[in-house]
Amino acid sequence: MRPRTPLLLAVPAGVSAVLLLLPLLALLDRTPWGRLPGLLGRPDVQQALWLSLRCALAATALSLLLGVPLAWVLARTPLPGRRVLRGLVTVPLVLPPVVGGVALLLAFGRRGVLGDLLVEAGAVPAFTTWGVILAEAFVALPFLVLTVEGALTALPRDAEEVAGTLGSAPLRVFLTVTLPAVGPSVAAGTVLAGARALGEFGATTTFAGSLPGRTQTVPLAVYALLQDDPAAAYALSAVLLAVSVLLVLGLRTRVR
Amino acid sequence: MTHLLASARRRGPGVHLSRRKRGWGGVAAVLLLVTGCGSSGPPQRTVTVFAAASLTKAFQAEGKAFQDSHPDLRVTFSFAGSQSLVAQVQQGAPASVLATADLATIAAVKSRLSGPPVVFAHNQLAIATAKGDPLHLTTLASLAKPGLKVVLAGPTVPVGKAAANALKAAGITVHPVSLEDAVTGVVTKVRLGEADAGIVYATDLTGSDVGGVALSGTSTSLAIAALSGIPAPADAEAFIAFVRSDPGHTILTSYGFQ
Repeated sequence: MRPRTPLLLAVPAGVSAVLLLLPLLALLDRTPWGRLPGLLGRPDVQQALWLSLRCALAATALSLLLGVPLAWVLARTPLPGRRVLRGLVTVPLVLPPVVGGVALLLAFGRRGVLGDLLVEAGAVPAFTTWGVILAEAFVALPFLVLTVEGALTALPRDAEEVAGTLGSAPLRVFLTVTLPAVGPSVAAGTVLAGARALGEFGATTTFAGSLPGRTQTVPLAVYALLQDDPAAAYALSAVLLAVSVLLVLGLRTRVR
Repeated sequence: MTHLLASARRRGPGVHLSRRKRGWGGVAAVLLLVTGCGSSGPPQRTVTVFAAASLTKAFQAEGKAFQDSHPDLRVTFSFAGSQSLVAQVQQGAPASVLATADLATIAAVKSRLSGPPVVFAHNQLAIATAKGDPLHLTTLASLAKPGLKVVLAGPTVPVGKAAANALKAAGITVHPVSLEDAVTGVVTKVRLGEADAGIVYATDLTGSDVGGVALSGTSTSLAIAALSGIPAPADAEAFIAFVRSDPGHTILTSYGFQ
């Protein structure tokens, strides 16, 4: 038997659904669909789209390469201070992105902690596409680490231990036993990290600036366009919304 | 709320109950904080001023002096790139006064103003550099040096537009590393040392920890107007009159405006 929904819960639930969906519907309503092909074909818009795609893919790949090993270390090794480290990894997740940008400047800027070293090497990331990738990885990495670490912690160790006693080297065990077992979580973490990277704004504009073609990703372009060409801003927003919906759908089918 | 508490008391075990109670206590504390904030001091009317980022320090001083002479009024500011403020006004932002860094930008919302905008101050472009200008960047031509990290404001920002015009008039091509959305963004990037130079306003060098030099022959005009259809037009006009008065102008000149 289906229980009746109490009014005290139904009303706020309805309000929250409206709160979440109305802005998205309004965006779709205002999107100049007729002009969309023309707007999306514009060189400045294409430039922002390609830059965003490249940076988000690179940041996601970086997160994957660096994040899975970190998740493994956090979940599987008796590293002292592991719990503290796990907590600290979570901080960028909840940190206001603009604060992340300031922190990145203080670490990797010309006057930052590693500034002299980076200037010497001719590899200062500020104002470069690398800076965008770094900022995006900074905010995206925790999503991957936490997702994979959670899966590893929940995974029974029997199979790994059996493989170990049968004489497989630890790295081989990791690659052939552990990783396939947490594959779906790695995929989910990758999607989450990619979505976060694609939407990154605050850390990027603070750390990498905003220059079309080099550091002005789609979110930055939306912000800039909103001031003199709102229709183009709505069109680009609709594209990001579509990508978000696709990512969520992908995530759901993966999880199932 | 009492109903929920009662049901928790009836059904939940002891530990659960006390935790539940603490939760509601937290909610009550937050409510007290929120309502407490709203009920301080005598009722005051507020003038909301949207002002160009270059006016940040000067207008904060204007606001203080204005409140001293008008105890029943409070001034709140929103500082941003003029083009951004104009876009916000077009979207219906609740501003009562709009002050922009040039006339062209405020003209875009002419229909929303209560009257024609007036020029209340002048400014000049300037090159901002690190303190002491270690790279000797004193002319527009020096900004074209290859390898130099120059930051400008975007083409829709008044200072970005003025800088682009000045560079074009001088026949100089600069390849900026970033296009900021307000002059304050340019100043910040130079101050942090991430950029070697930027084109800003002369007033940004006044009392600042960046170095630089004003560029002669690059006068800009700041414009101000009240918006139409606001609740207390007289309050908005009072603020504008104060800014244009002698004491108001003295404050502006003390921040480097002309």
